[in-house]
Amino acid sequence: MAADRQGPLISRRGALNWLLGTSIGATLAAALYPVFRFVIPPEVAEAPVNRVLAGKLSELPANSGKIFRFGSKPGVLVRTATGEVRAFSAVCTHLNCTVQYRPDFQHIWCACHNGHYDLQGKNIAGPPPRPLDAYKVDIAGDDVYVTKGA
Amino acid sequence: MRALDNLWKALDERFELAPLVEFATHKEVPRHRHSWAYYFGGLTLFFFLVQISTGILLLLYYRPTSEAAFESVQFIVTRVPFGWLVRSVHSWSANLMILSAFAHMFSVYFMGSYLKPREVTWWSGFALLGLAMGFGFSGYLLPWNELSFFATRIGTDMVSKVPFAGAWLLKFLRGGDEVTGATLTRFFGFHVAVLPMITTAVLGLHLALIQRQGMHVPEHLADEAKSRKPIPFVPNFMLRESVVWLGGLAALAALGAFFPWELGTKADPFAAAPAGIHPEWYFLFMFETLKLIPAHVLGIEGELLGLAVFGLGGLVWFLVPVLDRGSRTGHRTRLFLVFGWLVLAYIVSFTVASMAGVFQ
Repeated sequence: MAADRQGPLISRRGALNWLLGTSIGATLAAALYPVFRFVIPPEVAEAPVNRVLAGKLSELPANSGKIFRFGSKPGVLVRTATGEVRAFSAVCTHLNCTVQYRPDFQHIWCACHNGHYDLQGKNIAGPPPRPLDAYKVDIAGDDVYVTKGA
Repeated sequence: MRALDNLWKALDERFELAPLVEFATHKEVPRHRHSWAYYFGGLTLFFFLVQISTGILLLLYYRPTSEAAFESVQFIVTRVPFGWLVRSVHSWSANLMILSAFAHMFSVYFMGSYLKPREVTWWSGFALLGLAMGFGFSGYLLPWNELSFFATRIGTDMVSKVPFAGAWLLKFLRGGDEVTGATLTRFFGFHVAVLPMITTAVLGLHLALIQRQGMHVPEHLADEAKSRKPIPFVPNFMLRESVVWLGGLAALAALGAFFPWELGTKADPFAAAPAGIHPEWYFLFMFETLKLIPAHVLGIEGELLGLAVFGLGGLVWFLVPVLDRGSRTGHRTRLFLVFGWLVLAYIVSFTVASMAGVFQ
């Protein structure tokens, strides 16, 4: 009869192979998991920086700019030709380069892939897909303070 | 001589070396009007060997931290006897190795050597070119100068656009969120340990496959190769190849001595990217293309579109032995011949135009 010819649902060899296979898999996973975790560095707790002293007004003539340090990222301080002071993130929205103020263009420019931003931080030419993040500027005497979340 | 004979007998008795010698003496290289193309692979190997030896020498003085890397390279090129030469040869040889690998790849492509049964040789060669570019990209950062710092910021940012795994890959490569000393230490590890280990394995496979399958003769040159006597590998082809290698060494010596590789200025993570910044020449065609793509194309961010097209292009190039319908019968189709010429024309024209300053 057909039913008699059928063997057990799982053969002894099949069961042993399955056990061996899964234990090899488990051993590999147990060895690789720590490696996978090790290669990503732990988060270093940094005090969130929301406000920095970006520079001195007296060091920033009209139609010029400077890069300042905002926590772990660069920011760009711009003094327009009319004397207004503005601040933006200096990280280009295209591929992460650091932008600069070009007095000859009178706007912000990224050297890496020729991206242009106007004095509002808006991307106006070249490959950048988004505007630069804008910061709030406070002037106290000669000190220029920049605050995030403007 | 008797001592040498005895040594040979002792070794042969233990390790049965005679079949290997037999194989070497019977190995032949086909002779036809494009036999010159057979030298590019060996030349690439030569530059790779130069990289290993000069790289080991540089390791004696190089220090992989953001505080000391630039100064240690400065020390090598200004104070260490012949340090300028070793470093210059290492940089020039890296570039000539990539150039020679490209020449090898395109000559192999146009001769149709990727067709069945040599698919795996093509794939291992593709992997080797990728590894060579990985060597170039990781090594570029090691002097920790301004150019290399921004090139690394751009290159790793591109990796972050990979779907799903991008953020993980970015952290894995940078050793954090930004390019810092942690990135430099990692890139050093990739450059001197991880990549050499993988390259040795893939190169071993690539060379073993060539030994096993022999040199490929293009279909249209088969009659010519049959009518002409092949070149014995030992010693004729080896001697010819050594002349090519000597030419490579002479080119390296001349370039290294007369055009010493610049060190530039030390990287400052809080300075603007300098005007005129550009990657190594073999990334220029991608670099210029990314500059030309507008911010948005059909609602998709231009850079994403560009990177997706490059990814797809690389995949097609890799899969050529499968995609070319003629591969199974060993006849390359015209479509893939034209495709190869278009790819070559695009890479060469963009690279040359970029070097000539057309895109500025």
